[in-house]
Amino acid sequence: MVEYVPGIPILKPYIDADNKPYWDAVNDHKFVVQQCNKCKNYYQPPRPMCPECLTLDTMDFVPASGKGEVHSYIIYTTDKMAYPGMKIPYAVMVVELDEGVRITANNADDIDTEEIHIGMPVEITFVDIDDSLTLYQFKKREA
Amino acid sequence: MTVQYTDKPIPRPALWGIIYRSSGSLWEGVKEEKFLIQKCKDCGKILHPPRPMCPACHSTEQEYVEASGKGKIYSYVTYNKSPHKAFKAPYSVILVELDEGPRVISNTVDVKPEEIEIGMPVEIAYEKIDDELTLYKFKKAG
Amino acid sequence: MGRNILEEYMNRKYDADIKPSPQANLIKDKTAIVGIGETEYSKNSGRDELDMACEAIKNAADDAGIKVEDIDGLETFTLDRTAMPFIVSTLGLKNLRFASEVSFGGGAACAVTLHAAAAVATGVAKNVVCYRALNEASGHRFGRGDGYAKYMISAPTPHYGYTFPMGFCTPLSWAGCWGRRWMHEFNVTYEQIGWWAVVLREYANKNPRAIFHDKPMTHEDYMNVQMIVEPLRLFDCCVDTDGAAAHIVTSAERAKDLKQKPVYILGAGQSAPIEQEIQTIYNRPVISGLFETWYAAHEAYRVAGVEGKDIDVAELYDPYSLGGIMSLEECDFCERGDAGNFIEGGDNIRVDGKMPTNTNGGLLSEAYIHGYNLVNEGVRQLRGQSYNQVKDPELCMVTAGPGVPSSAMVLRN
Repeated sequence: MVEYVPGIPILKPYIDADNKPYWDAVNDHKFVVQQCNKCKNYYQPPRPMCPECLTLDTMDFVPASGKGEVHSYIIYTTDKMAYPGMKIPYAVMVVELDEGVRITANNADDIDTEEIHIGMPVEITFVDIDDSLTLYQFKKREA
Repeated sequence: MTVQYTDKPIPRPALWGIIYRSSGSLWEGVKEEKFLIQKCKDCGKILHPPRPMCPACHSTEQEYVEASGKGKIYSYVTYNKSPHKAFKAPYSVILVELDEGPRVISNTVDVKPEEIEIGMPVEIAYEKIDDELTLYKFKKAG
Repeated sequence: MGRNILEEYMNRKYDADIKPSPQANLIKDKTAIVGIGETEYSKNSGRDELDMACEAIKNAADDAGIKVEDIDGLETFTLDRTAMPFIVSTLGLKNLRFASEVSFGGGAACAVTLHAAAAVATGVAKNVVCYRALNEASGHRFGRGDGYAKYMISAPTPHYGYTFPMGFCTPLSWAGCWGRRWMHEFNVTYEQIGWWAVVLREYANKNPRAIFHDKPMTHEDYMNVQMIVEPLRLFDCCVDTDGAAAHIVTSAERAKDLKQKPVYILGAGQSAPIEQEIQTIYNRPVISGLFETWYAAHEAYRVAGVEGKDIDVAELYDPYSLGGIMSLEECDFCERGDAGNFIEGGDNIRVDGKMPTNTNGGLLSEAYIHGYNLVNEGVRQLRGQSYNQVKDPELCMVTAGPGVPSSAMVLRN
């Protein structure tokens, strides 16, 4: 689980024209990833052009399963390199979704940092940090 | 006329690391209403703006000496539309050539933009903005 | 369809179909590093970056035996905080014909030399100085989370928006994440990676310039020190440093008449392969390797006409131990996945080992001058001037920051 330090704001996502649908969906507790409707490849992070087809108008945001496995992770064990708005220890996991894209996020309340291991089955869940910020985390999932 | 400020903050000089190995600094002097210029201890060259090494002899030994504060307007611009929210237009920025040689950027005190002309003799005046910031300006030499 | 970068990388098949051929390359053997200089490396210099940059450049000119006013090109990092025009007015340079900056943090460490050499080789400038000054220890620390909390309300770029809000905002942790995957895939142990820090500290203990010159460290000390970001310990991190380093690139023709034995640029390359990000390279098909280091190194080898086995000494960019360790694989000093075994016990990277590596103590134990101190050490090795001198080395490999658009070069004496 992740605990926040009161009074230190969490840095917000940088939203631009290319990724607005992604973050809008997160706000609505939905998870979408970008898919080119021509070559059907999935991409993360969102981008304005399909790097395979080199087309500007084929990148759709499609609902993603939100299910995947931990591909790698780190644990902040001291405050030296951590974000001061979050209590130590906390983890960041790179999760490979079933769609093949990899998503970076914290562990949800049901996962202790010691339990995390590569290959662990997880799925996405949402947390409302405050009125203006919703983020996604990963929680345990039956394999 | 003198530059009129709004209630918005004035840009501050960047002070980090400006105090080199030699003692003193331009901005420390200005606080005490002295205009200090940097001089190479080895070859005597006047260095403005202050720098950590003499470009003529590559000595790293410098000292600060008090300048006369007298000079002539070398060039100027007048803002009719303010470029920054801290300053009310119109106001002028002058380039003054000091008697010691270096040229410094400043504002005028009690001089209307239309009165300014190249070659006009001026002398230094100080304006205390707040406890942390004093600026050097120039008035007509009297 | 088209090139398959994953296949090239995994099968170690570098696409060598590039023109001009190495023989026609204008940089190879025709440009050289002729002067090196640095300031003292310290934790609290009380000096600013301009001050230190000018001293390092002056020292490099003196080392080469050229007049400061003959410098007509400057090259640095976009991250450098010295304003190039003030270098001109402080050193009294007469006219710069070439002035340029390379981006991508430590990934620029060899690209600066490559760009300088390109300017020299094409006749744009004669004597180009590459410099880097930083006040990491006492001034503007980067790579720390507290700075972001103070000055930012949102991630600085769209890409960082997928990591900063999760409190994932420092280079050490980004590297820890691809590093852990590498350790996982190849069963690398903490005990094994500890040898990197231990051997580099031994080198630093013999190098009076090194910040850790008088601080010995055993493998036991390494294992007992705290984890900063699991899987990386305090002794896996580079040392925050105040200091500057510079080197001068000129033509092989002019180099002949100068004070020092010229160190020739035999080959150099820059690389930004598929799904490149600034360290958060997690959407590459494989993250247990450094694509950019492999491509940059192999372009340098291609131009140089040499292979990994020909190299006598290596200076590998190590902002954290894993960056340097994984680079051993990417430079072909060992098989992919075998670097943990390669450094175990330390002998292979010691001065009389298979591949003496980071012989000044590296960024971990000499100083963190963003890789420039590694370039200077490479030059010293080929001149025979190192405190940890390898016996008669002919070729030195230098790499730059991993996980970002990177660079590498092969130097020859």
